[in-house]
Amino acid sequence: MTLEAAVRVRRNGFMLEVTLTAAAGETVAVLGPNGAGKTTLLRALAGLEDMEGRVVLDGEVLEDTAQGLFVPAERRHAGLVFQDHVLFPHLSVVDNVAFGLRAQGRTQAGAVARGWLDEAGLGDRADALPRELSGGQAQRVALLRALATEPKLLLLDEPLSSLDVSIRAEVRRELTRRLAAFSGVRVLVTHDPLEAMALADRLVVLEQGSVVQSGTPDEVTSRPRSRFVADLAGVNLVRGHARGDHIGLAGDASLAAADAGEGDVYAVIHPRAVALYRSRPDGSPRNVWHGQVESFDLQGDRVRVRVKGPVPLVAEVTRGGMRELGLSAGAGVWMVVKATEVSVYPA
Amino acid sequence: MRRARIPTAIGVLAGLGLLLFLLPLAGLIVRAPWNQALVELTDPTTTTALGLSIFCSLTATAIALVLGIPLAMILARTRGTLRNVLRALTTLPMVLPPVVGGVALLLAFGRRGLVGSLLYQALGIQIPFTTAAAVMAETFVAMPFLVIAVEAGLRSLDHRYEEAARSLGAGYWRVLTRVTLPLLRPAIFSGAVLCWARALGEFGATITFAGNFPGRTQTVPIAVYLALETKPEAAITLSLILLVVSAAILVGMRGRWLGAL
Repeated sequence: MTLEAAVRVRRNGFMLEVTLTAAAGETVAVLGPNGAGKTTLLRALAGLEDMEGRVVLDGEVLEDTAQGLFVPAERRHAGLVFQDHVLFPHLSVVDNVAFGLRAQGRTQAGAVARGWLDEAGLGDRADALPRELSGGQAQRVALLRALATEPKLLLLDEPLSSLDVSIRAEVRRELTRRLAAFSGVRVLVTHDPLEAMALADRLVVLEQGSVVQSGTPDEVTSRPRSRFVADLAGVNLVRGHARGDHIGLAGDASLAAADAGEGDVYAVIHPRAVALYRSRPDGSPRNVWHGQVESFDLQGDRVRVRVKGPVPLVAEVTRGGMRELGLSAGAGVWMVVKATEVSVYPA
Repeated sequence: MRRARIPTAIGVLAGLGLLLFLLPLAGLIVRAPWNQALVELTDPTTTTALGLSIFCSLTATAIALVLGIPLAMILARTRGTLRNVLRALTTLPMVLPPVVGGVALLLAFGRRGLVGSLLYQALGIQIPFTTAAAVMAETFVAMPFLVIAVEAGLRSLDHRYEEAARSLGAGYWRVLTRVTLPLLRPAIFSGAVLCWARALGEFGATITFAGNFPGRTQTVPIAVYLALETKPEAAITLSLILLVVSAAILVGMRGRWLGAL
């Protein structure tokens, strides 16, 4: 069973264009900043958004605008879990879980729903109303409500982001377990890298309506192709044009790198590889720039220093090193990067 | 917070305004024939008018529910010019003098009216001056209250509930009956109560279109108006009943009815 989708949505100047495939038993996380079009993509897959393109699930064409084919949301077998549970407020917990079963005309829907709740350890909340549940319980019930209909496709829209940090870990564990046990296709959208890394087998990074990168979480973070991914991996990312042993960057700056190759490339520099000095360093290192300290960010016993200059970089120093340098915001500073510390890959 | 002092003149004018509401109520209560109230209440003219009023206003409310909820659903879906036109049409009876409404109904459904003449020629049906006419007049005047309340409810409804229901496999009618309408219950309830109260008090359109026939079209407001000349005690007692009903509605709905509008 697989999902193959080519989705195009145009709306007030915004354009979402995504091609996505997902196999059964695989969790695909669509990761991107707010406003990237993640929720729109999910709603289009669920049949709740006007779109152009084609969606095929398990060999069944759910949508093909070229042929005028469209299966409405209620016949797609796509379970949808919203960011904030969206449980029916006028129905008890068990009736919420049984809702989809009744819609499918299944007998003993109530008993089946109770079974799901018992199994999840929520049996004692079966007769409660959604407003009597805690946030974590409500989101777990919402997940059960979607799973109880045994959908072929499970769509999760930031299922953890509305929860308090204190209960997020618990719900994430349950979600991980449920996703592993679910045999259909799973698509999760999130802006939270942690949520994506914890739950996904494969990442699809979405920015401004298009896919900028996809692959396993390791592949994506080791070779970022956008500022968003670089930030979440905690590395410096620059883009330029390689010529042998150096890379031409925007604004006439140049970055020396071993074996840069030829053509458009990305270069990644880990903050630990950026050395800082108050005076121009001796010798003749090839990557030397002067800049101003812009801001600091404490991370345990280390400090990340954002420096503004011809090549804006984030450097990581120890607290001790920070004191020795006597750095403060606005201070002038020299940055040095060894050519061998720059990793380069084609854009 | 410290606000500017209210000038005496404003206080005096506000007091006068309040008196305009208070004094008539006081008059009604002070002059009420309390010792005769029970006799008046059991008088056949009174009970007939009361029964007819309750029947007509409840029927009008039921019709308003059946026709008004779909109308509100259409209104809530439309945008732009079409929405403005539909809205103006449905809210017109709220601002139209009821007598004008009655005249308009006569011109449409009277024996020589636009539709009435066809009904009379084809089926021999005459609507004016029947109980049906009283119900129609009340519906005409009162239904907008329901439509407006339900439309407001629909517009503020979180449509993701309906989307969640659809994604769970529920078709249009199941979503409507199991999710949308139950979620709209507060709006439908307050709209229906306002509609019923307006129908109960209807006078102008009813007497114009349905006339004054005891037992057929003579509702409480009409009976009150006529009894004022001949039997003032009966008029006062009936007025008191309508006052109590109105007050009960106000208390029962408290902040909700204005909130729903």
